[in-house]
Amino acid sequence: MNKTILYQMHLDAGAKMVDFGGWQMPINYGSQIEEHHAVRNDCGMFDVSHMTIIDVQGDDATAFLYRLLAGDITKININQALYSTMLNPDGGVIDDLIVYKQADHQYRIISNAATRDKDMAWLNQQAQNFKVRIQEQTDLAILALQGPRAEQRLQSLLSTDLASLKKFYALQDNALFIGRTGYTGEDGFEVVLPAKDAPALWQQLIKADVTPCGLGARDTLRLEAGLHLYGQDMDENISPINCGLAWSVRKKDHDFIGGPVIAEQRQNGAEQKLVGLVLEGRGVLRHGQIVCDDNGEIGIITSGGYSPTTEKAIAFARIPKDNMNQSLFVQIRNKQLPCGVVKPPFVRNGQSLLEE
Amino acid sequence: MSYVPDNLSYTASHEWLEEIENGLYRVGITEFAQEQLGDIVFVELPENDEAYAQEDECGVVESVKTASDLFAPLSGTIVEVNLALEDSPELINESPYDDGWIFVIEIADDSELDSLLSAEDYRNSIEDEE
Repeated sequence: MNKTILYQMHLDAGAKMVDFGGWQMPINYGSQIEEHHAVRNDCGMFDVSHMTIIDVQGDDATAFLYRLLAGDITKININQALYSTMLNPDGGVIDDLIVYKQADHQYRIISNAATRDKDMAWLNQQAQNFKVRIQEQTDLAILALQGPRAEQRLQSLLSTDLASLKKFYALQDNALFIGRTGYTGEDGFEVVLPAKDAPALWQQLIKADVTPCGLGARDTLRLEAGLHLYGQDMDENISPINCGLAWSVRKKDHDFIGGPVIAEQRQNGAEQKLVGLVLEGRGVLRHGQIVCDDNGEIGIITSGGYSPTTEKAIAFARIPKDNMNQSLFVQIRNKQLPCGVVKPPFVRNGQSLLEE
Repeated sequence: MSYVPDNLSYTASHEWLEEIENGLYRVGITEFAQEQLGDIVFVELPENDEAYAQEDECGVVESVKTASDLFAPLSGTIVEVNLALEDSPELINESPYDDGWIFVIEIADDSELDSLLSAEDYRNSIEDEE
């Protein structure tokens, strides 16, 4: 089992550890709900060092990523980040990732932990006809600082001005690579740094009253924020067009891997869509529950859970594109419970978007 | 080590029982169980007057992490449920042996009492899991 460099810090902070994609990671440090609220109202931090960091450099780096990714790598500036999917030839999602443009021929990809081996194999295979070097970085750690006070807390430790760092941009401050990105729907930063320096930064942030948060809170935060989780909301059998990620796919030049299938799907119209569900009564919506309308089964919950900000059970469900019902049912144990259909996100800037 | 009061009886599925009068037992889940579950956000209570056989599923405790079935620790009839849990399921986290009780069962068969665990037995059974 892999451990991040912060493993001992987690134990010291009272973490309950779980196996996550082959890594020993903190699920919570006592109360997942309190950690969730810390991020919505103040500032929390997550060790996400298990994620994969891949640097891509060389004369053909841009051309390679234009072919590899469904998003448009040519539209980002130096220091800007792009969220994109990486597709197989059938249009299924191999992984979703964030890519930073660090210089003209130099990019940094941050992708999921559980997909590391297949991502590396796919990149290396596709790179054969391009002049690029692909290097996985294994001596780096990543700390995500998230919440309305993230800037204030991180700024207290740094001299570089963070206020001028725009959303989805990054800067380099000595050994720290700081992106204004995250996975919670709040303002925040993802700090990539040499692994050996990570425990000291962690301890400084603890002293600065930043709440350590586990993967449990990370999941409810991203669910409220309407952000997809690879392996649940999409996988190799689903195209981004059919799972609510069409916005991330470039509209012109379908000459990326999987592009011809996407172009055809766009022409014919998507078959499925991802909608938000809000359970009307008591209970908890969960991954895998069956979704029905009055005529029977129509889809499935891809991600679900209790939402601490709205105090309701919420979910993403994949259903037919042409199903316009405002109310659906979810099968929980032996009951069919009514749910309202909404457009994610459920929460923005700490506030519930659900009508009372 | 989780707190396991000496004066209660237990099941291997992490329920505790307290005899409140002859044949009436108050039931909840143990401190260890609520710690394993994490923040509890929903409890599906058994129905009043419903009869269950020993080890029947009689309800569900759902946390942020997972749904966990609740089992009737003994055969009998539910005579009271803790309605406070409908609005405040977190009482199970905060006070598993007291305010977080779940139901009261009138037992049907005294001989089943022998199948319950003592505090010491239960402590031993969770030792490996902790």
